[in-house]
Amino acid sequence: MNSALLVHRLHFAFTVTFHYLFPQLTMGLAPLIVVLKTMALRYKNETYNQSARFWARIFGINFVLGVVTGIPMEFQFGTNWSHFSRYAGGVIGQTLAMEGMFAFFLESAFLGLFLFGEKRLSPRAHWWSAVAVFVGAWLSGYFIIATDAWMQNPVGYERVADGSVQLASFWQLVLNPWAWWQYAHNMSGAAITGAFAMASIGAFYLLWGKYQEHGRLFVKLGVIAGCIFSLLQLFPTGDAQGRMVAHHQPVTLAAMEALFKSGPGAPLVIIGQPNVEERKIDNPILVPKMLSFLTYRRWEAEVLGLDAFPQNVWPDNIPLLYFSYHIMVGLGTVFIAIMLIALFLLWRGKLFGARWMLWILMLSLPFPYIANTAGWMTAEIGRQPWLVYGLFRTADGYSKLVSAGNGLFTLLGFMGMYTVLGILFLFLVRREIEHGPQSETLTPSGVPQPAAH
Amino acid sequence: MATIWFIIVAVMITAYVVLDGFDLGAGIIYLFVSKGSTERRMILRAIGPVWDGNEVWLLAAGGTLYFAFPQLYAAGFSGFYLPLMIVLWLLMLRAVGIEFRTHMENPVWQGFFDFIFWISSALLAIFFGAALGNVIRGVPLGADGYFFEPLWTDFKVGPQPGILDWYTVMAGIVALVTLTAHGALYVAIKTEGEVNRRARRIAIICWPVQLLLTCLSLAATYLVRPYVAQNYIAHPIGFLIPVLVFACLTIMIWAASKGQEKTAFIASSLYIAGMLVGAVFALYPRVLPASTDPAYSLTIYNSAAGRHGLSVGFAWWTLGAVLALGYFVFIYRMFRGKVSLEGEGY
Repeated sequence: MNSALLVHRLHFAFTVTFHYLFPQLTMGLAPLIVVLKTMALRYKNETYNQSARFWARIFGINFVLGVVTGIPMEFQFGTNWSHFSRYAGGVIGQTLAMEGMFAFFLESAFLGLFLFGEKRLSPRAHWWSAVAVFVGAWLSGYFIIATDAWMQNPVGYERVADGSVQLASFWQLVLNPWAWWQYAHNMSGAAITGAFAMASIGAFYLLWGKYQEHGRLFVKLGVIAGCIFSLLQLFPTGDAQGRMVAHHQPVTLAAMEALFKSGPGAPLVIIGQPNVEERKIDNPILVPKMLSFLTYRRWEAEVLGLDAFPQNVWPDNIPLLYFSYHIMVGLGTVFIAIMLIALFLLWRGKLFGARWMLWILMLSLPFPYIANTAGWMTAEIGRQPWLVYGLFRTADGYSKLVSAGNGLFTLLGFMGMYTVLGILFLFLVRREIEHGPQSETLTPSGVPQPAAH
Repeated sequence: MATIWFIIVAVMITAYVVLDGFDLGAGIIYLFVSKGSTERRMILRAIGPVWDGNEVWLLAAGGTLYFAFPQLYAAGFSGFYLPLMIVLWLLMLRAVGIEFRTHMENPVWQGFFDFIFWISSALLAIFFGAALGNVIRGVPLGADGYFFEPLWTDFKVGPQPGILDWYTVMAGIVALVTLTAHGALYVAIKTEGEVNRRARRIAIICWPVQLLLTCLSLAATYLVRPYVAQNYIAHPIGFLIPVLVFACLTIMIWAASKGQEKTAFIASSLYIAGMLVGAVFALYPRVLPASTDPAYSLTIYNSAAGRHGLSVGFAWWTLGAVLALGYFVFIYRMFRGKVSLEGEGY
């Protein structure tokens, strides 16, 4: 791999990974905030309103960081991946431009109204502004997923004389079957982050012995939502996504599972390290025939291994792909276990007293972030060596005139900038959490602000 | 169809400059127009609910440009690699400056973010002006339709120019002064008392400089790229644009000195729109002229997306634009009037 290509890949990988830490929480929290607002409207209980405002403050901080780290993503299609943009811009420009026109305007306009306008609006109108923010955030997600889905499974395009691809069918692009499952799986993943964040902060308050009423509400809502979405993450969304990969990208499936040899009754690797040089798994723990069953619903089904494909179409980093995938699936399984036990305790009325479970919920906060990141790494590393699957290689897509040195200069710049942003973010969120849901100070510029205690 | 999209993208960029221009301008005068925490909060309050929505125009214009003219997006963004990355960092710093400042009532914390907000606003204005200067002057496009411009070479307008040469630096200063006045007029509309008085004063001080720079930049553009006159000579109706520009300038000073801030602000908006439309009128059908060989220039014909995509896009774009306009009218009506510091929001 020549070094300019490597720098441009790292550039996008680093900025997009950092970026997605923020939208996954805003997309996950948006529906939960709507639930809180709905309950506030219904039960006229101030706890719900205070809770909605508290989470809106957290949402606001995340939203700012999501926006400022999101702008570079749109730019990088042109700055770092100009040959790809020239090739595919006639198709994916559609979905990216639609995101701006339909989602960004909606979201930014109504977020302002939601954060600044509670006193000017009737409770019902304010509820509607929360719904509009939710719709904007989730629409935005769809357009991005539809863009990525086209790169995973290109549809609705035609080749033209200058070598680029152009749109042939708008509806095929927008209704790409890959996009539907990927969207469901991704949004459910974001909702898991939102639910765990809510349960985690709630558990923290209960263990701390402060804001008990809010803490119980957060834990309850977080656990119920977390349970629903952890299960949806596995079935049907994860299952369907996996079978989509098996159907359209069989070599990717083989690499994700580190299945080097084709054959009937393929085993599922639970733990083990892929040894690509020797074409085997080191220290394997296997479930016999499980992969065949999961993929084709038959124990003896034939699954194609890496040996069935020429090496120049293998994903170029099989160990990283394998680990990303296994971390995602492993954590997803742990989430289901945690949330089912917590839900059981909640049902029996014992959760708020079960300190061990509250500790687990509190400490589990980072793991949905890791799982979501690992999931995206699986999708994007799995697509390699293609930028557009089967059509256009990653190695052909970067900006040939932007040298490795210039790319490294800006990559380092982003690393420095994002380190500062990350520290500021943690500092501000920590303050919000410490000040708790009852602080009601009005803010100077209208920006969310906690009271000084 | 390509011409329609050319107009759409031009309108969106103009909307961005006029809208985000006033909050950039508010940032440029921020440190001078407001003294002390209360007054600073007034400025932030005046732009607080709208600056983010204004910036979305940049994103939406960028997305539309990508969709309608992918070749231009590819060539332009990779060629302007370094300045665009710097613009990104400045946009980030500025957003963080506005949003995080108020999270702590500490003079050191706030002082730091005040400075960040001011410097990033000023530098962004200069960079956006220089960017426009680069597009008018042309870039060293190769036969493959790509280029890469260093930040500067010898500051001359030659065939291998840098991002910054004397012409583009001048364009940057034009933008800085124009947006300073624009922002000052907006702040004047939104505030009362001392801040209002200072803001109006800034706008009035800017005016002679703005007039001088407008004349200079028009002359310099003709000097550097004589072909900009071609479209005007072929379609003399275009001469109405400079007439409009100067008429707006006159109205601006007249209204500002009479205290009619809204009229002055509208005149300033039209002035900015006029300058941009004038440039676009001169360029058409070029979208990125080549400083190397005119044959390498990117035009709407050799950089547009496929016909089918452009037609389909026109349908959804119209719908999206109507919706966006609706939100904007709604939000600005909601937050109309002077800023008061009695509590709202949380």
